[in-house]
Amino acid sequence: MSVKAYRLEALEIIRNIREGNLSITDVIEDFLERVERVEKKINAFITLRSKDELLQEAKIKDRLLKEGKARGRLLGLPIAIKDNISTKNLRTTCGSKILYNYIPPYDATVVKLLKEEGAIILGKTNMDEFAMGSSTETSFFGPTRNPWDLERVPGGSSGGSAAALASGEAPLALGSDTGGSVRAPASFTATVGLKPTYGLVSRYGLIAYANSLEQIGPMGRTVRDVALLLNVISKYDPYDGTSLKVKRPDYLESISKFNNLHRRVKIAVVREMFEEGVSREVVTIVGNVVNKLVDEGFIVDEISIPVIKYALPTYYIIAMSEASSNLARYDGVRYGFRANVHGDWNEVFSETRGNGFGKEVKRRIIMGTFTLSAGYFDQYYFKALKVRTLIIKEFKKAFEKYSILISPTMPTPPFKLGEKIADPLAMYMSDIETVTANIVGIPAISIPAGFAKEKLPVGIQLMANYLKEDLLLAMAAFIEELTGLKNLIAEV
Amino acid sequence: MEERNVKIGLEVHVQLTALKTKLFCSCPSDYRGKPPNTHVCPVCLGLPGALPVVNRKAIDYAIMVALALNSKINEKIIFFRKHYFYPDLPKNFQITQYDRASGAPIAIGGFLKINVNGKEKIVRIRRINIEEDPGKLVYPTGSIITSPYTLVDYNRSGIALLEIVTEPDMSSPAEARAFLNKLRSILEHLGVCNCELEGSMRADANISVAGGSRVEIKNIGSPKDVEKALAYEIVRQKQAISKGVIVKSETRHWDDLRKVTVPLRVKEEEQDYRYFPEADIPPIVITKDYIEKIRESMPELPDARAKRFIENYGLTEYEAQVLVTSKWLADFFEEALKHYSRKPKKLANILINDFLRWVHEKELEPDRIKAKPQHIAELLKLLDDKVISIKILKNILPEIIINGKSPHEIISERDLVKISDKEVIKKIVLEVFIEHKKSVCDALVNKRAIHYLIGQVMRKTRGKADPELTHKIVLEMLEKVKKGELRI
Amino acid sequence: MRRKIVITEELIDHLAWLARIKLTENEKKEFLRDLNRVLEFFDEIDKVNVEGIEPTTHTALLTNVLRDDAPQKPLPQAEVLYNAPEKENGYFKAPKIL
Repeated sequence: MSVKAYRLEALEIIRNIREGNLSITDVIEDFLERVERVEKKINAFITLRSKDELLQEAKIKDRLLKEGKARGRLLGLPIAIKDNISTKNLRTTCGSKILYNYIPPYDATVVKLLKEEGAIILGKTNMDEFAMGSSTETSFFGPTRNPWDLERVPGGSSGGSAAALASGEAPLALGSDTGGSVRAPASFTATVGLKPTYGLVSRYGLIAYANSLEQIGPMGRTVRDVALLLNVISKYDPYDGTSLKVKRPDYLESISKFNNLHRRVKIAVVREMFEEGVSREVVTIVGNVVNKLVDEGFIVDEISIPVIKYALPTYYIIAMSEASSNLARYDGVRYGFRANVHGDWNEVFSETRGNGFGKEVKRRIIMGTFTLSAGYFDQYYFKALKVRTLIIKEFKKAFEKYSILISPTMPTPPFKLGEKIADPLAMYMSDIETVTANIVGIPAISIPAGFAKEKLPVGIQLMANYLKEDLLLAMAAFIEELTGLKNLIAEV
Repeated sequence: MEERNVKIGLEVHVQLTALKTKLFCSCPSDYRGKPPNTHVCPVCLGLPGALPVVNRKAIDYAIMVALALNSKINEKIIFFRKHYFYPDLPKNFQITQYDRASGAPIAIGGFLKINVNGKEKIVRIRRINIEEDPGKLVYPTGSIITSPYTLVDYNRSGIALLEIVTEPDMSSPAEARAFLNKLRSILEHLGVCNCELEGSMRADANISVAGGSRVEIKNIGSPKDVEKALAYEIVRQKQAISKGVIVKSETRHWDDLRKVTVPLRVKEEEQDYRYFPEADIPPIVITKDYIEKIRESMPELPDARAKRFIENYGLTEYEAQVLVTSKWLADFFEEALKHYSRKPKKLANILINDFLRWVHEKELEPDRIKAKPQHIAELLKLLDDKVISIKILKNILPEIIINGKSPHEIISERDLVKISDKEVIKKIVLEVFIEHKKSVCDALVNKRAIHYLIGQVMRKTRGKADPELTHKIVLEMLEKVKKGELRI
Repeated sequence: MRRKIVITEELIDHLAWLARIKLTENEKKEFLRDLNRVLEFFDEIDKVNVEGIEPTTHTALLTNVLRDDAPQKPLPQAEVLYNAPEKENGYFKAPKIL
């Protein structure tokens, strides 16, 4: 096999394994070699499993393969998993000091599903602390660098997963998306990231930041790879009370099933998503893709959804409120970091949390405590829930006429490390395009649209109605064909 | 003693002990007596990433209790988070309900009828919630004040609790206790709570005296202690008032060891629970049909049962109410009736007076009462057939209760069969006359002195002699002595 | 037009207490500035008219997700306590209460 496994798409790797051109051990060795070469420049991983462990697992799976007993759809593929997804007996930190040594006694449901399909867990990827961030700069374990430009951020909060993909360290990855955390890094690293419909993928084992907004999302370098991963992880889960019981289609098959898309799909671009704060470069690059679609015969209308202006504050009020609640459990009694102070439980709790949480996390918890507290609850949290209803109503109306909404994923190309970190509001502004999908609960995907000057990736975002991942993926695959931008690996 | 200016309200927490699992996870609920932290899973331990899923039976039981308390059940149940930090609360919030911000309790309104010293009273229910129990704190030195650290066991964390809050309709500690007893009987009859289990029923009480501030008393472990705590508190408040000290609104803790209420440490900041909806649990819709289905499957409640006792067995209101104060006793009565159906009132009488009195005197819990319903039935049959006297019956009842021996066993062991043979009794009376000549002379002049002679006959026969017959024979033989027909 | 809320140092102290997070003096100063800016940003939603609008907490439109009352094996005690910073005799060791 002349081409290194790490350069291949996941589906290609699987085909080569099945045809006997590659063994699983070969594949793991190739990826490990790549990791060894680039990881110190990128810092995509917080925890990597040991070489011995990985090779041993690969050997076992090769033997099963030879004996005809390997039936999994993921067939020995190495997968990078964001470090807020619980992995049994494998350290899970959420990028935080307060969980720096936490070893879960159970697997998240998605991890169980991956293992059942034969995947090999490569390691846990870096992230903004507790998923609070858009650049992967707030991690206790240091920032992750964008493989396309090591002085720039890879996006966040699933920056580690995206960087691992873009640098060829892994063919598939899992991230989580609360306000854009799968799509933003996909956009910044020229990879593909999907946020599923709320409830499609089990959250059991996803360490919560904002539980009414977040989903675990599949990430890869091609649309079809992401569809494959979605097939595996999108099962109904009785352990998650918000898991949808609906029958899931085969997402990979759907891509080929939908032909003559231009006849079936009416596309809309939302005016407000191309205005405030979006750089001219991004508008141009995304606009070019839209023009190509028009050339292909698609109807593309421009619509206006004024209430979207309020999506960002609505999102942050809800997210911070939920965060203040979901992070209350970290007090050093049952697991994690505990401050070395004497005193009563109030003192120990306060020191532990003051010391164990990073600044952004503390900011959001304090703000979230404010928005939920007596006297402020009605005009902030409760009102935000009502604005949420309004936004949902507007999107419902839009989807009555249109099947796909298109926008840029990020308002700018990847910015420099340190550029926005000092100003929380500047950082929050990066989310303007992505938060609406979380507020409404609809699926959204980011795929590469093009490169800005200095070869900086720019992503395009597609949104569809609830449970329309099949259409979304078909549309995304179509655009991928048009642009030719697929399976892009940065030369680090 | 009721006072017009004492207002008492109760906040009762009842474990739904009949559930096999916890409220939000499938951990086995029988945690009592087990080693610490062995009935725990990611959900009830609050591990990062774990999610709650509601126990269907818990909702059914909650609906049943609401129906039994005549409460209005809400059409939609939404769970809320109540935030406060404490080492026994793994998530540092409790999942419960809230009555604002588009939330509502499971049921509102309702009432309970109590009876204290023959006076009937209605206690109104304010609301019923379903929520999770926290874990248990253990103090290594035995005292919260001196322990240098705290040990935590999360076995109890996540157990399903019903919170039942009353209006301040009670006016005395006795009424509060009566409320709790009635509530307990209802819960037992419904089969949702075995309230004998330690910690299965806990109460906080609110009390205000003479229109003063409301004082909350927490940490009262049992209905008995509620009465004690409230009685203490009334005295304390009255003393303060008489000294001119203003009773301030505060929370006090019942110190079970010293039997006093002590002020809890006052926090500088007030509690702000920051209630908001629990997004991990979708709403639960309760249809009228579903409520009806549950109503139809409900077991008989104490009041209905008492009514049936009155109508079918001719018992008085008082007798019926006493029998239904505990499901165990009412069951015992009906089971015994199966073996002794001829005189229900007599059976009720024996149970209420002799049986119950003894049980209360020795403070026996139902699981230490070995008597079987058939035993009491047997006992009454023996009495009816005059094989034993009422005195013997009362004599052997304790042994039946404690050891569970059948009456026949005890009678033959102790040779207690009633002596009804005239000749046998005559012989013994003669013996007694000879041994107590002086008393015989007394009896000849003073009728009342006969009882001493009868008593001696009973002593000699160890109570077996038929008292009526003995009396008759003693009189006869005294006559004979008087007439000179009998020389002693 | 309702009155504008300003986050004061006192309020930050109160919130930090409610959230059991000990802040350094520097952090308090920074937060005073940052949080007021965030609050201004939040105040944007003031302009939205939500009269007659119901709040949305759950987007998945599920109801009655219930579980059977069937026991499952709990975690072994050793796994429960594995991550505990301090433990004793099968218990978690927490700081003193008073």
